[in-house]
Amino acid sequence: MRDAPAPAVPSLPRGGTDWADRAVTAAVWSVALLFTGVFLWIVGDLVRHGLPHLSWGFLTDAPMDAGRAGGIAPILVSTFLIVGVCLAVSLPLGVGTAVFLAEFSRGESLPARLVRGSLDVLAGVPSIVFGLFGNALFSLYLGMGFSILSGGLTLACMVLPILIRSTEEGLRAVPDDYRKAAAALGLSRTATLWRILLPAATPGLVVGLVLGIGRALSETAALLFTSGYVARMPGSLLDSGRSLTVHIYDLAMNVPGGEANAYATAVVLVTLLLVINMLTFQIADRWLHRRITRT
Amino acid sequence: MSRRHSPTRGAHPGTDRPAGCEDRQPVMEVQDLSVRYGNAPALRDVTLTIPRGCITAVVGPSGCGKSTFLTCLNRLSDLVPDCRVTGSVRFEDRDILNGDTDLVALRRRVGMIFQKPNPFPLSIRKNLTFPLRHHGSPSGKALEEKVEQILCQVGLWDEVKDRLDAPALELSGGQQQRLCLARALVLEPRVLLLDEPCSALDPITGGVVEDLILSLRGQYTVVVVTHNLAQARRIADEVAVFWVRHGVGTLIEDGPVGQIFDAPRSERTAEYVRGIRG
Repeated sequence: MRDAPAPAVPSLPRGGTDWADRAVTAAVWSVALLFTGVFLWIVGDLVRHGLPHLSWGFLTDAPMDAGRAGGIAPILVSTFLIVGVCLAVSLPLGVGTAVFLAEFSRGESLPARLVRGSLDVLAGVPSIVFGLFGNALFSLYLGMGFSILSGGLTLACMVLPILIRSTEEGLRAVPDDYRKAAAALGLSRTATLWRILLPAATPGLVVGLVLGIGRALSETAALLFTSGYVARMPGSLLDSGRSLTVHIYDLAMNVPGGEANAYATAVVLVTLLLVINMLTFQIADRWLHRRITRT
Repeated sequence: MSRRHSPTRGAHPGTDRPAGCEDRQPVMEVQDLSVRYGNAPALRDVTLTIPRGCITAVVGPSGCGKSTFLTCLNRLSDLVPDCRVTGSVRFEDRDILNGDTDLVALRRRVGMIFQKPNPFPLSIRKNLTFPLRHHGSPSGKALEEKVEQILCQVGLWDEVKDRLDAPALELSGGQQQRLCLARALVLEPRVLLLDEPCSALDPITGGVVEDLILSLRGQYTVVVVTHNLAQARRIADEVAVFWVRHGVGTLIEDGPVGQIFDAPRSERTAEYVRGIRG
């Protein structure tokens, strides 16, 4: 632009903050690069140390020699069960609460303010505190002991605030036009909610779900106290089960010579997270599409 | 736009329009209707009779309570927190402002179209079948026929027949508004409330929707809120002029379109329709 011929009309005065603009641009770019770099470093480190120890057998065998040898089959199963229990409880409760907050308490009622306040506090509570609470309530008071059930329920408590908040935001982002249109057609509130509002809020729900699953999969502290660290194949939800994160912690901290398998397990965990994220978005996309077109 | 002046279009009411409005039978009788939002009065003492089969245009400057008035006629005002409606609206032998009114039945009989087209984020077909099914209407072949018939009625069938399962939000604004009209008509209402149905559309598509509204005359009772005086003059049989008095909306004059535009009783109306005020 600088070489362009001088315009006939007086040009706009040049801003005097050119250097500041450039500095900010440079800063923004370096922050972005820094974060990408850190992410790549972590993944690269994991892959470099973990990949050589990965094999099909690692996924299908039971651990041996305190995890130094063998695989992680029972640990994978326990992890899935714990996350499954967590979602089975938190999803209906979370969506229900979000519906209450977004659709049935528009006027900032006292119950809504109480629920929202509690959620904000809960979202900030350290996971070890959730662990202590889960241990006291589920393991001891309710007699579930160290079990997959206790662990899953404790995780559900942790995941709920995230799930509720993002589903609520999703519902609030649905234009009021739909509510008005539905009411003007004499559609019941339930039908409107079920057929129009919730599907329209699905993107928010999916984000909450992905964040929630991420938090559940990566939780360690809360599970140490609740689902325990027995590395056997669980026979039921009342058996103790070791999650992938607890396994990594144990191998890295308590088992001399366990680092290699700790890395391999970490690669499995990160891959699992990525796969679940992608699958969740894709399934939601497909479901939404079906919802739009199916008669 | 020359289409507007074709001989079949009614610039002069009562001469060349389809039958159905002549006997001026009241279908809705509004008595002393007042509306407050919290402590702020929005509408005061509106008394108006809506004749069966006619097109009643509600006109007036911004903020004079036209839309508020309209939402009282199907109790959509209930959706607004702190909205208090007093007075009475008689429709089919009952006061619909009563607490025991069956809102589902009321809104099925009194349909509504909004300023901004608001089809559901569903397919074109489902926009029509979802409300129908909810109200327990036929399924299978009968439903398909109904969808086709109603889309033909709003002139949308030829444009969408090959893509009924496409998302309705992919349609153009005018098509969306006609779909919304179809969605309201498919429930076979007696009264249709239209809240500035053409003002979010460009003049050409607005004209298409306007023609459509005119085609409903006789078959349905239509109450249309509009900013567009020329439109009111073109399509309305009856006109109600709202005004802001002491910060509150109120009805200042109503009557046949000829009276309002050619021989208004109120000085304000005269200035308003001549474009001097408002």
